[in-house]
Amino acid sequence: MSEVVIIGAGPAGLAAALSASAFGARVVVLDAADDVGGQYWRHLPPERPSNHESLLHHGWATFQRMREALAADPNCTVVSSAHVWAIDRGAVHVLVGEADGSDRESRVYRPDALVLATGAFDRTLPVPGWDLPGVFTAGGAQALAKGERVAVGERVVVAGAGPFLLAVAASVVATGASVVGVYEASRATRLVRHWAARPWELAATPAKARELVGYAAVLVRHRIAYVAGHAVTAIEGRDRVESVTVSALDGSWRPIKGSERQLEADAVCLGHGFTPRLELAIAAGCRLSDRRFVEVDAEQRTSVASVFAAGEITGIGGVDLALAEGAIAGHVAAGGGIVDPALRVEVARRRVLRRFARRLARAHVIGENWATWLSDETIVCRCEDVSVADLAAARSATRSSGLRSLKLVSRAGLGPCQGRVCGRTVEALLSARAPEGRLGGASTDRRPIAMPIRLGELARDHEIEAGIPVKGQG
Amino acid sequence: MVARPVPPATDPIEPAASTPITILVNGERRAGVLGQTVAGIMLAADTLTWRTSPVGGRPRGAFCGIGVCFDCLVVVNGQRDVRACQRRARDGDVVEFEGPSQSEGE
Repeated sequence: MSEVVIIGAGPAGLAAALSASAFGARVVVLDAADDVGGQYWRHLPPERPSNHESLLHHGWATFQRMREALAADPNCTVVSSAHVWAIDRGAVHVLVGEADGSDRESRVYRPDALVLATGAFDRTLPVPGWDLPGVFTAGGAQALAKGERVAVGERVVVAGAGPFLLAVAASVVATGASVVGVYEASRATRLVRHWAARPWELAATPAKARELVGYAAVLVRHRIAYVAGHAVTAIEGRDRVESVTVSALDGSWRPIKGSERQLEADAVCLGHGFTPRLELAIAAGCRLSDRRFVEVDAEQRTSVASVFAAGEITGIGGVDLALAEGAIAGHVAAGGGIVDPALRVEVARRRVLRRFARRLARAHVIGENWATWLSDETIVCRCEDVSVADLAAARSATRSSGLRSLKLVSRAGLGPCQGRVCGRTVEALLSARAPEGRLGGASTDRRPIAMPIRLGELARDHEIEAGIPVKGQG
Repeated sequence: MVARPVPPATDPIEPAASTPITILVNGERRAGVLGQTVAGIMLAADTLTWRTSPVGGRPRGAFCGIGVCFDCLVVVNGQRDVRACQRRARDGDVVEFEGPSQSEGE
């Protein structure tokens, strides 16, 4: 019996686990959260049961079915609170225990096949004042709504780009907060051009269409304005959000002078799409595509033998595509083939859903002139307080376009989040003015140690590697 | 009260009874329920700031809510650098704020 390790218990990981097990593999699912579901099905913990939690979710019945099947499957083991901090020559290094704890158990897996389903997190473009308390990532506000039942504010502005903003607005409204408006940076003409193109393709993805229509209905019911071609271009307040400035944008996302309006608000949810969580794929040696997702073939194989990838790390495509890709990846990782009848439905679904994903990507491209709404004082790297001006100064001081030296001089991306929040922004701001448009081929996605780890725990991991018996307490 | 919990009595999901807990935040008692994270308890009390940034001393609290940004670090029971949004609170937990001077000296 072959062993398949799956990293991530969101939709892709869950689907991979069930299909690998169905093909006869022994499956271990590693996930950092303390329950399965990932960000999409982030939910209340078992200590907080309720009668109708399904109201907060889409596809909740699918999730329940998968979760129960997994729990009942003797060949599947789910290891929650499992923090994978390194992948090194086929060895998966994990700390199991409370998030940021100190006495976590160190484990090393060497599976026959590995499925990476690490998902994505919000990309958030900086805005003057975005580091004020009361500003949340769009996904963060939703996570707090679904996983904590906390309203992030009373008058909430949702802004950024992409259909996810609608989902976030719906989640925030369901906490009893009022949503002042949803501001989508892409202009209506662009949205209509790409969304209305080839309508027969949309008809093939009824679940997606239903979900979007559902969100639109929530907006209508609560009289929430959805304003395309607009952005929050500044956030004001002394020590917390007090107001936002909303501006109309041109097609390149440059604010149109004279269009500014100030709105009273106490919370802002910002999201401009998603960044794939690539560090483990990079550590495993997987090749990335030009668009910087994990490159996979028809069988969801990466460029590394026995390493598969599924879900948002292969391209932002939503839950249904993640489920299809996960099912294919798990089946093949367990030794099956793409032509097996068991995969016929999933392969067809994947084809349709990828087309839908491409439509999304075209409609919601980040405008090339977004950075014109920044001021010199705007913080770029929140961890290390690096401003737009600091970054520019670092460039003239080093006379270098090498990302590594620019990072070392400015400290951007060197704080505890390891550049997760600012990495792509730093690259964009620096490469816009770099002569060759490239940053010495470096990328901010690489993190050899994927999660901060305490020194005592690192020492214990080495003892395990060296075969030294590990003492109970370190 | 701006950031706040959804009142259980009117929450459409109809939550069942929960187990009350109390944590100490900088010596102050804060009420919560079992299953909430440390960040959840703070936000439910409209506490948005519990850290200052290392260079500019700017106020910071929860931002990403999913363990990515590390803005929400606190000290829990003497242990530094714990992400408040990832740590489930336990009755009697002692939470302290991290100061900029502390994080410099590592």
